[in-house]
Amino acid sequence: MSKEHEHGMTVIVKTVTRLTVGLIFLYGIYIILHGHLTPGGGFAGGVIIALSFMNLDLAFGGSVSAKVFSKGSTGVVEALGAVMFLALALIGLRYGGFFDNFLHPDGDPGQLVSAGIIPLENIAISLKVGAGLFGIFLTLIVLQKFESEKK
Amino acid sequence: MNAYMPYVLCTVLFCIGIYAILSKKNIIKIILGVVIAEYAVNLFLVLVAYKAGGRAAIFSETEVIYPESMVDPLPHALVLTSIVIGLATTAFLIALAIRLYGKYGTFDVTRMRELRG
Amino acid sequence: MIELYVLLGLMIAGAIIAIEVKNLLSAVVAVGIVGLGLSVIFLLLKAPDVAITQIVVEIAAVILLIRATLHREIALKSCGSRPFGALMGIIFLGLAVIAAFATFSSGLSPFGEPLMTVSSFYPMNAISGTGATNVVTSVILDYRAYDTLGEATVLFTAVIGVLTVMRSVGKKKEEDLQENNE
Repeated sequence: MSKEHEHGMTVIVKTVTRLTVGLIFLYGIYIILHGHLTPGGGFAGGVIIALSFMNLDLAFGGSVSAKVFSKGSTGVVEALGAVMFLALALIGLRYGGFFDNFLHPDGDPGQLVSAGIIPLENIAISLKVGAGLFGIFLTLIVLQKFESEKK
Repeated sequence: MNAYMPYVLCTVLFCIGIYAILSKKNIIKIILGVVIAEYAVNLFLVLVAYKAGGRAAIFSETEVIYPESMVDPLPHALVLTSIVIGLATTAFLIALAIRLYGKYGTFDVTRMRELRG
Repeated sequence: MIELYVLLGLMIAGAIIAIEVKNLLSAVVAVGIVGLGLSVIFLLLKAPDVAITQIVVEIAAVILLIRATLHREIALKSCGSRPFGALMGIIFLGLAVIAAFATFSSGLSPFGEPLMTVSSFYPMNAISGTGATNVVTSVILDYRAYDTLGEATVLFTAVIGVLTVMRSVGKKKEEDLQENNE
């Protein structure tokens, strides 16, 4: 057995996770980007992306997912999403009001590039929700390890 | 009375959650009661929005859909934000429960009160 | 709408099992039944956005709840109830059902006939006003974006609360300081 197989679950779970985790991540991105055309949006897509990282963490153990997305970077990404959302709202002040849709007539309804700032706001919300949830998950798990080491 | 039956069943679900919050000793059971009551409230809002024979509130490029045939989109939008807030508050309650377990060594609410001080 | 009643009955049964079963892990799984049934009901009520969000959030909530209960030895015990609280709960349940009957039959419009005096504005004007074909998204992020800003604030507060409650760094630093002082 190599060193990679020492932590986490069995080889079967790890192999299936290796095959599916990228697809789950891509599905989350699809849900976010098509949020203004089809069911979905920033909330659902952000939670799906957080679930793909949780899947990685549960299958491979904490060290692998910490390499991909550490606890410190979740805070940075969450703050980035919040700042992006607020900045979009504040830029609208120049054009007519808070949360003014200043990019609005930019494409036919039904196209991917349409609906003004709504896709950008979806991306900001998804960053915020996904990073926030994954940060909560990591915090709960890290404390559990701390407790088990104490015993 | 049949027209109000879904609302009544939804109220029963809410009451089950409130009963768990009021009567259980185990703190995890209390959290589950909060979660169930929250689900019942979300369900009630979406039930209010339903129109018999209505369509989902999404337009299509290939098909003509009349806005009059759509269900009410406003409660859907409110429930969407409420669900994510519910998950965040549930996570906060779990964190509090784990901390209380680390301090008192039990999930029992009444024994926590005895051990205080 | 017979399937709606079947699913509601399943959810009520799942909720009762979740509250009365002794094993905490079984209780968490029963709450998962309630949430997934709720997701299917949202789909039947023509709310696909809410259904997708609900199913995803339910999975995340069950993972977090199992994390909280799985590695603890107490998963099999301490499930008694408080007699006074149970009595008050039953009284509350009775009063709430009576009030619900009174309110629903007098004030609320019947199931299947929503009052759309205000919100019929959104489907009529969503395409020309915002350009989004999904009306729910246009309500969340354009007409009522203030609500979403408030939601983001609440989420931020909850994350900060979890990080504050669960932190272990501050205590270590205080201990080090005390050792240095001594």
